[in-house]
Amino acid sequence: MSEYAIELRNVSVAYGDCQCLADVSLAIPINSVVALIGPSGCGKSTLIRSMNRTNELVAKTVTTGEVNFGGRDVYGSRMDLRELRERIGMVFQRPNPFPKSIFDNVAWGLRSNGIRGRKRLEEAVERSLRAAALWDAVSSKLDQPALGLSGGQQQRLCIARALAVEPEILLMDEPCSALDPIATQRIEDLIDELKERYTIVIVTHNMQQAARIADFTAFLMAEQPHEPSRIVEFGRSVEIFTRPGDERTEAYVTGRFG
Amino acid sequence: MTRRVADWTARAAAWAVAGASIAVLLVIIGQIVIRGLPGFRLSFLVTAPHGIKMEGGVFPMIVASSFLTLLTLLIVGPVGIGAAVYLAEFAGDNRLTRLVRFAADTLAGVPSIVFGLFGLAFFVYFLQMGYSILAGALTLSMMVLPTMLRVSEEAIRAVPASYREGSLGLGATRWQTTLRVVLPAAMPAMATALILSVGRAFGETAAVLYTAGMTPSTPLLPLEGGRTLTVHLYLLATTGYIDPAYRVALVLLAVILSFNLLAGWLMARFRRRFVA
Ligand SMILES: Nc1ncnc2c1ncn2[C@@H]1O[C@H](COP(=O)(O)OP(=O)(O)OP(=O)(O)O)[C@@H](O)[C@H]1O
Ligand SMILES: [Mg+2]
Repeated sequence: MSEYAIELRNVSVAYGDCQCLADVSLAIPINSVVALIGPSGCGKSTLIRSMNRTNELVAKTVTTGEVNFGGRDVYGSRMDLRELRERIGMVFQRPNPFPKSIFDNVAWGLRSNGIRGRKRLEEAVERSLRAAALWDAVSSKLDQPALGLSGGQQQRLCIARALAVEPEILLMDEPCSALDPIATQRIEDLIDELKERYTIVIVTHNMQQAARIADFTAFLMAEQPHEPSRIVEFGRSVEIFTRPGDERTEAYVTGRFG
Repeated sequence: MTRRVADWTARAAAWAVAGASIAVLLVIIGQIVIRGLPGFRLSFLVTAPHGIKMEGGVFPMIVASSFLTLLTLLIVGPVGIGAAVYLAEFAGDNRLTRLVRFAADTLAGVPSIVFGLFGLAFFVYFLQMGYSILAGALTLSMMVLPTMLRVSEEAIRAVPASYREGSLGLGATRWQTTLRVVLPAAMPAMATALILSVGRAFGETAAVLYTAGMTPSTPLLPLEGGRTLTVHLYLLATTGYIDPAYRVALVLLAVILSFNLLAGWLMARFRRRFVA
């Protein structure tokens, strides 16, 4: 077994003629939290989405290079997209629960994989909601609409929904950007707990957040405007935030641009 | 100061327009009730018309109208929603789908008598259905399908992309996502479109006159002809029996009103289920 949960080798992504990422190589260690930081529009979302092939859901994209996940190429022709997206779960920037009940939201992934047994679903729903620190708040109203929850609760519901299918990796694209500081704090605590069992990749604009929760940080940026972005620096978060090796990283993390 | 004047003017205009449209509505309803109610007996609903003066009730017409409407609903619902799903979710944007949309938008504006004529030539004669409920329902379906299709397509497109991403991102297939996430979210708008379409079909005269026929008998099978309430009203009015015509209008009004109440009730239920 590799010590990496997922490994990107020379990954490039283009939207039509517009090259967005070039030659990104990144190895995500198992059971670590990795933060992706960089200026707005540099391609952090594109990069995180390239790991479970969700770019192709939103636009026509061309991805080259290799994404190795469990010994297989994510972009290989033998990859089963259902299996891939189950094993690499995703939490989006805005909480996006379905207009269904809380229970149905969490059970969605299992049900769409053909699991029907009520008992099994109930167990999975409870376990996932507990893992997402939401069980106590919603256990008495599982049949209520998910859209009636607060924003922070909705986001934790989306995390529970992703956890229900027992993924190995959790991708989170700015999961706190629509939340207030208290809800953000709860999600950060949650990430801290979850990393014992999952590998987490998180995009964030918040330097303190990256420094607090991430073991490793990758800084992404384009050399010139209108050029594709590359990884400027990747390393332990303490290094990146205290002794960055590249002056662009230093300028960015100290808030001098971006 | 000028802003306040502009604000006040806009308010006054809005009140005036709203007041005028409500007044018109009240005049129409009032007229129908005042002239239709006095001679109205419950037996009107359950007996058949008789004699040259078409006295008696409208039972066969109620059956014909309901039968026709139900059949139209059964055709337009699945076809309209199915086609809308295909157009919005699977077909993409190409020359063919643009053509389909353009055709639908054009057909939506064609006068209903033209559909009646087409139904007469195609269903009644060419396909030899004769004057029948089936021919009428197919003609009505063609008439309301374009609107049903376009409204449903817009409803499906209005479902946030984040629902699709969320579902596909959890490993669900396109089909599962469409059937169990996108369609339920679009359902309130589509149900409203369907009820409005069916209401239109129920109230239609010209398109059924030449396709379902005018026989005042009670149709029990799709290939039997029938006279709808609207056609009956038309015949009464054109032969000068104004008071019975108002009674029929009263029945039509009551049915249309209940359609709209049903639509409102459905919407409220959906909203409670999904939004909290
Ligand atoms: N659907 C799309 N079609 C075309 N170009 C896109 C699309 N999505 C993103 N891009 C382009 O790709 C580049 C990277 O976008 P991306 O969303 O990955 O950036 P980001 O780092 O996540 O930005 P932000 O911090 O604002 O979320 C941008 O220049 C953007 O214009
Ligand atoms: Mg982004």
